[in-house]
Amino acid sequence: MGVVASPLVFWLLIGYGSNDLARFYSGALVLTVMFSAIFSTISIIEDRREGFLLSMLVSPAPRTSMVLGKILGAATLAWIQGLTFLAFAPLAGVSIGMLELIPVAASIFLISFTLTGLGFVIAWRMNSTAGFHGIMNLLLVPMWMVSGSLFPMATAHGWVKAIMWVNPLTYSISLLNHTLELPNAFPGAMPSLFVTAAFGLVLLLASGMMAAQKATRSAA
Amino acid sequence: MIQVDNLTHRYGDRTALDGVAFAVRKGEIFGLLGPNGGGKSTLFRILSTMMVPTGGRASVAGFDVVKNAAEVRRHVGVVFQTQSLDKALTVEENLRSQGHLHGLSGLTLTERMEHAMQRLGLLDRRKDLVESLSGGLRRRVEIAKALLHRPEVLLMDEASTGLDPAARRDLSRHVESLREHERVTILLTTHILEEAARCDRLVLLHQGKIVAEGSPRDLCSRIGGDVVVLETADTAALAGKLRERFGLQPSVMDGQVRVEIENGHRFITEAVEAFPGAIEAVSLHKPTLEDVFVRETGAAIE
Repeated sequence: MGVVASPLVFWLLIGYGSNDLARFYSGALVLTVMFSAIFSTISIIEDRREGFLLSMLVSPAPRTSMVLGKILGAATLAWIQGLTFLAFAPLAGVSIGMLELIPVAASIFLISFTLTGLGFVIAWRMNSTAGFHGIMNLLLVPMWMVSGSLFPMATAHGWVKAIMWVNPLTYSISLLNHTLELPNAFPGAMPSLFVTAAFGLVLLLASGMMAAQKATRSAA
Repeated sequence: MIQVDNLTHRYGDRTALDGVAFAVRKGEIFGLLGPNGGGKSTLFRILSTMMVPTGGRASVAGFDVVKNAAEVRRHVGVVFQTQSLDKALTVEENLRSQGHLHGLSGLTLTERMEHAMQRLGLLDRRKDLVESLSGGLRRRVEIAKALLHRPEVLLMDEASTGLDPAARRDLSRHVESLREHERVTILLTTHILEEAARCDRLVLLHQGKIVAEGSPRDLCSRIGGDVVVLETADTAALAGKLRERFGLQPSVMDGQVRVEIENGHRFITEAVEAFPGAIEAVSLHKPTLEDVFVRETGAAIE
């Protein structure tokens, strides 16, 4: 529940302050999912040193299934948090019918999966949770800022706009804006879906390869 | 059961293992004794397939730890220095999920769990949450967990760290009974002399090298006679005089002068008479593993 609280506060402050709740809704929802994904994957760092993950590392269970299990579990958690945030959709003027809920829920799951994969790839390489916090502040949060969550691609300028084009999160926000029928749904629905799914898949493969790699430095 | 040949490992510039070689026979309790930073944990990580060495070879239960890590994992039980239990789950739940990692399920798993809990004396705590258990009991759960897939070899890393002496002795008893009843070969790392002295054989690791190998008794008997420890204000001066007058090879450490000598009791009277007032305290003991370590390295273990 704590994961929903801070994006909710951000959203309400920025939304009411600028009198445009709808514009920042998708961004806040993605932030909720991102926080949840980060908090779930950050535990990898501690679990590997002292926790159940240790036994997994020396068990014959394939590393790939360990990765898949962790990512699916954490993604499901992030997904539930994202769905919780849907309860505030009416404030943004969005009403979701039963049938519309399916593509919305599917999009949120895909985004949860992608961000969890991103969290895994970062956490696996980290030796300390402090390092992860650094990455979060210097990479993940800025990445979210230039994804269309705060200002749309259409009004962006110069090199920031170029970053937005290559930022996979831009496509996640756009995907949500498409399914929620919110403004600033750009790039198109199909490219948004494709890029988000492809990004998730690449991260999943990277996670699997990293975890299966034989290293001369201990995994724990 | 375990074969290590010319094993070398470097972390960047730092050499943690430098051409280590030894063999562990079936059914042995084999110890790796050494100070922290001596290379024990590195060796443990390589043998438990957590990382690959930068040089040399090692095999466990007949399988190469690098080329055939998956087979090694199937035949080895690992007990970590840190906790690998889920504290929010009960003893049984922890064992069950560990069993699943090894592809065990149903009746087989239940039987193995019963057996392991009985062997480690955990049957009456089976429903307890791990967080409510004492340190000693938690270590026993860790061992029970490592036994579920009936490993031929059990690797234990500083398993008694953080335990009080009574819990440590209790753990040693359980380890000995495992060897006896489960016919499992055990390799343990330790920096605790008392624990090392209970091994069948051991190697002394210092700065990544093996400095001595043998049974605790053999190692101790390499030092003939007694060990006499003299305390004095000026160790260097006393060591010099002992060399001169008695033709001894004393070693100086931590404000003490150590001498290995036959008939130590006679030497004590002679020394005290020879240097009146210079000696503040004297003690005599039969050689221990600590003395062996000091003799081979000039450094202390603990």
